Amino acid sequence: MAGMRTVEELLQLAPGLYDITVFGAEPYGNYNRILLSMMLSGEKSADEIMLHAPPWYAERGIDLHLGDPVVRIDRRRRRVHSSKGVERGYDRLLIATGSRPVVLPLPGSDLPGVIGFRSIDDVEHMLQAAQTCRRAVVIGGGLLGIEAANGLSRRGMQVTLVHRSDVLLNQQIDVQASGMLIRNLQQRGLSLRLNTETASFYGNGRVEGVTFADGSRIDADLVVMAVGVRPDAALAKASGLYCEHGIVVDDTLQTYDPHVYAVGECVQHRRATFGLVAPAWEQALVCASHLARFGHRRYRASRTATKLKVTGIDLYSAGDFIGGAGTEDLVLRDPRRGIYKRLVLKGRQVVGAVLYGDIGDGGWYFDLIQSATDITAMRDRLLFGKHYCQPAADAGAAA
Amino acid sequence: MSVATTCPYCGVGCGVLARAAPDGSAQVRGDPAHPANAGRLCVKGAALGETVDLQGRLLYPALRGADGALHQVSWDDALDRVAGTFRRIIDAHGPDAVAFYVSGQLLTEDYYVVNKLAKGYIGTANIDTNSRLCMSSAVAGHKRAFGEDVVPGCYEDMEQAELIVLVGSNAAWCHPIVFQRIAKAKEQQANRRLVVIDPRRTATCESADLHLPIKPGTDVWLFNGLLAFLFQQGAMDARFVDAHTQGLERALEAAQAQAGDPAQVARICGLQLADLLAFYRWFASCERTVSVFSQGVNQSSSGTDKVNSIINCHLLAGRIGKPGMGPFSITGQPNAMGGREVGGLANVLAAHLELADPVHRDIVQSFWGSPRVADRAGLKAVELFQAIDEGRVKAVWIMATNPVVSLPDADRVKRALARCECVVSSDVVSHTDTQAFAHVLLPALAWGEKDGTVTNSERRLSRQRAFLPAPGEARADWRIVCEVARRMGFTQGFEFRHVHEIFLEHARLTAHRNAEPGCDDSHRVHRQLNLEGLAHLDRGGYDAMTPVQWPVQANGMGTSRLFADGCYAHADGRARFVATEARMPVHAPDREYPLVLNTGRIRDQWHSMTRTGKAPRLTGHLPEPFVDMHPHDALRCGVREGELARVRSRWGAMVARVKHGGGILAGSVFVPIHWSDQFASDARVGGVVNPVVDPVSGEPEFKHTPVSVEPFPVRWYGFSLSRDALAANGPSYWTSIRGEQFRRYEIAHREPLAECGRWARGWLGVTDPEADWLEYEDRSTGVYRAAYLINDRIEACVFLAPRPDLPARQWLASLFDCERLDDVDRAALLIGEPANPAESTGPMVCSCFGVGRRTICDAIRAQGLDTPASITALLRAGGNCGSCVPELRQLIAQVRAQANA
Repeated sequence: MAGMRTVEELLQLAPGLYDITVFGAEPYGNYNRILLSMMLSGEKSADEIMLHAPPWYAERGIDLHLGDPVVRIDRRRRRVHSSKGVERGYDRLLIATGSRPVVLPLPGSDLPGVIGFRSIDDVEHMLQAAQTCRRAVVIGGGLLGIEAANGLSRRGMQVTLVHRSDVLLNQQIDVQASGMLIRNLQQRGLSLRLNTETASFYGNGRVEGVTFADGSRIDADLVVMAVGVRPDAALAKASGLYCEHGIVVDDTLQTYDPHVYAVGECVQHRRATFGLVAPAWEQALVCASHLARFGHRRYRASRTATKLKVTGIDLYSAGDFIGGAGTEDLVLRDPRRGIYKRLVLKGRQVVGAVLYGDIGDGGWYFDLIQSATDITAMRDRLLFGKHYCQPAADAGAAA
Repeated sequence: MSVATTCPYCGVGCGVLARAAPDGSAQVRGDPAHPANAGRLCVKGAALGETVDLQGRLLYPALRGADGALHQVSWDDALDRVAGTFRRIIDAHGPDAVAFYVSGQLLTEDYYVVNKLAKGYIGTANIDTNSRLCMSSAVAGHKRAFGEDVVPGCYEDMEQAELIVLVGSNAAWCHPIVFQRIAKAKEQQANRRLVVIDPRRTATCESADLHLPIKPGTDVWLFNGLLAFLFQQGAMDARFVDAHTQGLERALEAAQAQAGDPAQVARICGLQLADLLAFYRWFASCERTVSVFSQGVNQSSSGTDKVNSIINCHLLAGRIGKPGMGPFSITGQPNAMGGREVGGLANVLAAHLELADPVHRDIVQSFWGSPRVADRAGLKAVELFQAIDEGRVKAVWIMATNPVVSLPDADRVKRALARCECVVSSDVVSHTDTQAFAHVLLPALAWGEKDGTVTNSERRLSRQRAFLPAPGEARADWRIVCEVARRMGFTQGFEFRHVHEIFLEHARLTAHRNAEPGCDDSHRVHRQLNLEGLAHLDRGGYDAMTPVQWPVQANGMGTSRLFADGCYAHADGRARFVATEARMPVHAPDREYPLVLNTGRIRDQWHSMTRTGKAPRLTGHLPEPFVDMHPHDALRCGVREGELARVRSRWGAMVARVKHGGGILAGSVFVPIHWSDQFASDARVGGVVNPVVDPVSGEPEFKHTPVSVEPFPVRWYGFSLSRDALAANGPSYWTSIRGEQFRRYEIAHREPLAECGRWARGWLGVTDPEADWLEYEDRSTGVYRAAYLINDRIEACVFLAPRPDLPARQWLASLFDCERLDDVDRAALLIGEPANPAESTGPMVCSCFGVGRRTICDAIRAQGLDTPASITALLRAGGNCGSCVPELRQLIAQVRAQANA
């Protein structure tokens, strides 16, 4: 996604500047990974999540190699070699290898039926399982895990969601919102096992269940591991590019090799790695401008906002939603309607937001965070939404 | 079937047609046939139907037991206790050890029997009335000038006058129907002028041609100056003065000595010389001048002199006794005058006869056939409670009034009642500040249930008639008094079977040995008060009695104006000029108490709110006790508008919300009189007022007490709306306000809240953890808001903040009318504003039609409205009682000023 967005931006900025060749490991064109959850839950088809199908590349004279990943980069000669033996030279190389799901190093994690949730193939796998099997365990109570659990549940499976912490989405929301989310998921028929460490997987030739650290076990025909992702920097590392957690890039998305750029979840910018789409879009824009030789943009890591893509659960978080010393909270609770909103303030600015149940103003809060707007004057009205914070002719003084 | 009766509020005495509704409420409208109002009613009168429910009513007699609690008892037990205790105390300590403190809200017949019991049977003149607090200076002034307590003119005079001078009267708010008659007459003839003399720029001033913002207490200088000016300008009616008056020289001398130079008068009174002279010239040149005066004149340590200084001017110019002219005292209570007619003041006897005169005493005692008759003045209101405090009076029977709220130095009244051996209270409500000290509670009939007569400010007797059944065991006051009298052993004199019999006895007494003026039969005494024409009414005639002004001639004809013949009630038939020496109020402001406290009424409330506080449409206009002050003074005192302040005098203190009404002179503050401990935590202004009285009338100086104003620091402010009344204990400050479907509480507290959510649930009494409870919290600034719903219907909400700028209450209040809140309203609930601002009407301006300030301003802006009439045409506001018309005028001016800015 990040790579192809860069290509798109580049074609806009400097059409014809480069001859472009694209190698992709998957046999599909560029698709919207964010919508995999919707595909799993049946709300979208594989066609509907496709961003660029093969004809798109052809129309633009792009040399496309699907299902054929690059396996070696010869930086000295500036050439790449694919698994199928294709070899191409480059003036500029863009690496967008993304990330890989973390696989817990537990006994049995290589059993068939233990999968990640990353690609169309993973989804196909799950859909197949849903047709033949009944019980699924999803490990990981983050965004992907919840979306996978929900999707499988909607596909008719009995799903148990396992999470290490007692707070779901502990990277994105606070305890209160998590509590509402838990209740909602339970009402949807999901079983939850919180505060639970997975110990191993068992099965004879195929996964049959999960054992937990407390010794308890649960039978399962499918295990989805969604415990996080790691930048996929293997190729870059192998070619001698400087990598830490990911491929280290500067503010122009250039790697330590001036001919090589990298974008998306495979990179590390300053200390940060990425798992959300918004920074990838920004990186693509910056990177394209440098590839186009305009060189006037710099990438600065910005705060990010998250939305849970589970139909019927509106959840939005952005910025520093944990707060703590030096921050102040605005909180609105309407449990009967399943609404919880919290803004974290620091000084005169909004630095974080968690919205549950009513996320209509999420974008606006995100703007306020990004622009560091002084909200002092509208503090008392802020949490009630943009509508109430427009300057009014007569603010309606108290009686 | 409607019953024609009379409004129980101010002294205008409007006729009301009332009909009981099946649900226990009542429908009321103005009586088109009543001469006082010709069908109009002010907002208070129009809301009477909302006040007659039985909630909070005292329905059964009760005695305070040894445990300190009140216990319901039978009438026999209660009456025996009263009679026995009074008898025992009289036997042990003499008749002056007991007292009666009664009210301008009693009917004439009730008054008559209690006065008869005290003065004729017990033999004490210790019977005074709360009319002492509003009227007695006018009474004293009338008696000094005319020889009798007589208002010479009638309301029609105000319509016929070319010049109306309103002195110390906010008639637009306090006597709205009379004011509207004036305003209407003024509209019809452009050359009519209205001058308002008042330290405050009140709503009344909006219609005035000239407002003289006089320095508090300097009225005598002003009118002495006028007297000197009239004399000097040749405006004296020498023939009238020669033929019908006495004492001009001394009065003139005094006036000229102190106030001969208008420039100096202007300085003393704090007025522009040009304004002062304009007023003097208008007065000099307008033959038809009426001077209407009210509490601003009476409630003063020189109140009687103020009254006479006004009357002096009318006498000098001969402007009395003819249509369209005269001094006109307008009273505050529905039956202040009726009470005086029967002698309900400690310094008169009965039927306008005097205690000190043996002939008068003989007239009364022989007529009554009573065992004795009091021969010296009793204790006047303030003295009476001082005497109780000192133990000289050991038993007091309080009827239909609430002295713990209404008397000056009211905390001392509390102390006095607390140590009084026997406090009897006849009332219609069960919980009043005074009731807390009563040993015996006697349930009386309320307006709508009781039957009798009242007399309004223009001497017009009207019937108050019952249209509701007597609730519980409540009884008419006269029956209660007669029962006690009988049990005290006075078997004769109180055998009345019907109120009609009392009225006849009273009417006969007014005619008894009442001679024509100039008659030299020493057995007879001339009195203007003469109801001879009513003395032979049968019961049917009494029940059918139509409003009539006394004196009522033998043929039943009333008298609209007195003194047309120039013949006054003094023995020589001459009116008296009274030399009035101007003097400042007794207590001057000083460094410690630098501001002058003025007190008074507000538009939509009456007295201690026991009735008007029940009517939701009356509570919206000014819902909270306030201290109105000049912004400069606020700055000096360190208080801010919207925050709370403590108003403190040497006598006591109270707490109220600071307000800048815009009409207050620097150096003065104004606090309304209405709030009692039943409606607010600490807002009894009576506790602050100095116990200074006029030496002649004994009327307290309510309009002038030196005070300081200081911040009342609180950690948070808040309000709540709830369908049920709450137990208002806890917050340092609270006010309770009755709404249509809810109770509103304004609250504030000195201590910070550790857990707002828990406190809020406790305050609203929500114990169910699964309750539908919405909340908003900004913990670090201390903002907390919550709402409690049941089945999507709002039950309660509470808003707390460290500052007083909380959301407007109107829209939230309107949600209590909804059976179900939709999602949009629910989402808006805790911000307290509708998503669509057009739905917010703003603070109430027109109580009759419920039209808010915002609605009115929007219409003025959008439609270019420029007269109150055009607002009325569009929004109906101002079209009923008209008491908000002055505010409409203000709003037009404000909106136009904004538009031009």
